[in-house]
Amino acid sequence: MGIEVNGKVYEVDEEGYLSNIQEWEPGVAEVMAKEDNLTLTDEHWDIINFLREYYEEYQIAPAVRVLTKAVGKKLGKDKGNSKYLYGLFPYGPAKQACRYAGLPKPTGCV
Amino acid sequence: MAKVDFKVPELKQYAEIPAVTPETMAHSRPFVAKPEFQEPLGFPGALADDWQERAIAKMGDLLSRYRSLRVYLDSCVKCGSCTDKCHYYLGTQDPKNMPVGRQDLMRKVYRRYFTLAGKFFPKLVGAEDFTREVLDDWYSYYHQCSQCRRCSVFCPYGIDTAEISMAAREIMDHIGVGQKYCNEIIGKVFKIGNNLGLPGPALQDTLEGLEEDVLDDTGVAVKYPLDQVGAEILLVTPSADFFAEPHVDGLVGYGKVFHEAGVSWTLSSYASEAANFGMFIGSYENMRRVAQRIREAAIDLKVKRIVFGECGHAWRVAYSFLNTLAGPWDFLDPRYPVPQHICEFTHGLMQEGKLTFDKSQNDDKVLTYHDSCNVARASRMGSVPGGQFDIPRAIIRATCNHFYDMDEETIRERTFCCGGGGGLLTDDLMELRVKGARPRVEALNNVMQEKGVTHMAAICAICKSQFTKVLPFYGMEMDQIVSLHQLVSNAIVLTPGDDDELEDDEEDEEAA
Repeated sequence: MGIEVNGKVYEVDEEGYLSNIQEWEPGVAEVMAKEDNLTLTDEHWDIINFLREYYEEYQIAPAVRVLTKAVGKKLGKDKGNSKYLYGLFPYGPAKQACRYAGLPKPTGCV
Repeated sequence: MAKVDFKVPELKQYAEIPAVTPETMAHSRPFVAKPEFQEPLGFPGALADDWQERAIAKMGDLLSRYRSLRVYLDSCVKCGSCTDKCHYYLGTQDPKNMPVGRQDLMRKVYRRYFTLAGKFFPKLVGAEDFTREVLDDWYSYYHQCSQCRRCSVFCPYGIDTAEISMAAREIMDHIGVGQKYCNEIIGKVFKIGNNLGLPGPALQDTLEGLEEDVLDDTGVAVKYPLDQVGAEILLVTPSADFFAEPHVDGLVGYGKVFHEAGVSWTLSSYASEAANFGMFIGSYENMRRVAQRIREAAIDLKVKRIVFGECGHAWRVAYSFLNTLAGPWDFLDPRYPVPQHICEFTHGLMQEGKLTFDKSQNDDKVLTYHDSCNVARASRMGSVPGGQFDIPRAIIRATCNHFYDMDEETIRERTFCCGGGGGLLTDDLMELRVKGARPRVEALNNVMQEKGVTHMAAICAICKSQFTKVLPFYGMEMDQIVSLHQLVSNAIVLTPGDDDELEDDEEDEEAA
């Protein structure tokens, strides 16, 4: 399975997550969002970029609380909550945003 | 909310037993584990040519190991008592989701190869060869059982479909047909220490963040220690407690309770998972390997007690099997139960009068309580029968002014599964999860209408994630599900520590 971005095909797993995180480019997120009928705005990119930075440091997506806190600090307290994140990523920040960011899917009881 | 390509059931005022509609869920199958997820667990990577022979040999092995399995396969008299008890049948109408229908998928194979009548006169006794079609049915329908054991409460012979389902998954794993969700996760526990794959530094970062939050909120420095050698208590909690909402609010609550108890405690980055998916796949060997990590952490950290956080099946493994899986626990303090549930711990302090609650902090909520299946039907709490039902409710009543139970047919030992237990909490089974949640959501909806209930508390990470995801399908809010210790966290009156008072004094002096 794969998705096509600017003429290049990237391998994804059966759930649509990029197989190789190193291959990610912004176009991957754009194409995935388009398939979900979503248009990525600067607000989406703030989250996607934060996820990628956090992953770089910790080899895992940030916990929801860590993410909401970081968003709250950057964009104001009214946005530092799950409701805001679900507004951007209806299928859940942990799963949908991670997929767009090229991160592996969080597994477990989440 | 995800894209919906199935019909969400309608909620009714009274539970209806739906008419049988065969094969409605025959298409439901979770992703199969790739070799990379099979091999670390000791299973073959893919189906081999001689799979049938291997499967029958494995079934023989399990029959000789577990007398219960043979009894369950032999003793059904088709009385029909279980037929309307499974939430997946009630939600999907598929007769293979009736507990007896599910059992029969294995029973017919068992009869063919392990009973005299089935060997010689298969058609007369409903025995069938283990064909590829039968295997496909197994894969589909043994991944439509959440191993909640509600059916076994009503079976006059006590047949436990959960054990049959576990045995089926164990057989399938041994012929290379494993489920991706469970097996990938177990591999992560072996490699990193928890289901999520949270490495130590990420845990540390998350816990430091919680300390900051609690200090900001309350002005009291509550600690969330990691890998602290010599602490009295090792807390083993599901990794979802670090990661997800509302789980993390429960973890915040445990820390506050320990703070008030004045005991030292620690989490472990090595045993940073209470969950034990080895049970879901019926693999004693994998269950044991996961459980051993807790023993190793307890020894390394030189703790005296082990307390488990809010996790349903973990408590079954802990309460019922931990001693044989990872014991003896003779190095722990014998004055306390091994292990102890966080609810027992909190309840004990309440009885000693060591906790003060301001119930009005939860006045924005009207609560009900969801009994999680593995806690309700496979374990106990405290020293009297029914403690697993009464202790959590006593904690809610102590911390909240408004509490109402759901219909008695749907709580305590007759509780309905959330619809996502037993290794089914995966997006590729969303239709099953939504439909299977119907009986529970219906009972919740009724107390919302009749009593004005706004929130439902639970003590299981799977239940919390499942309801967060499925309640919106039924027009409810995802944050209507809360952690039990979230209520404790809201209501508990914290005693400032020495450091906190010092800070206050300094501020006072500055003000003066």
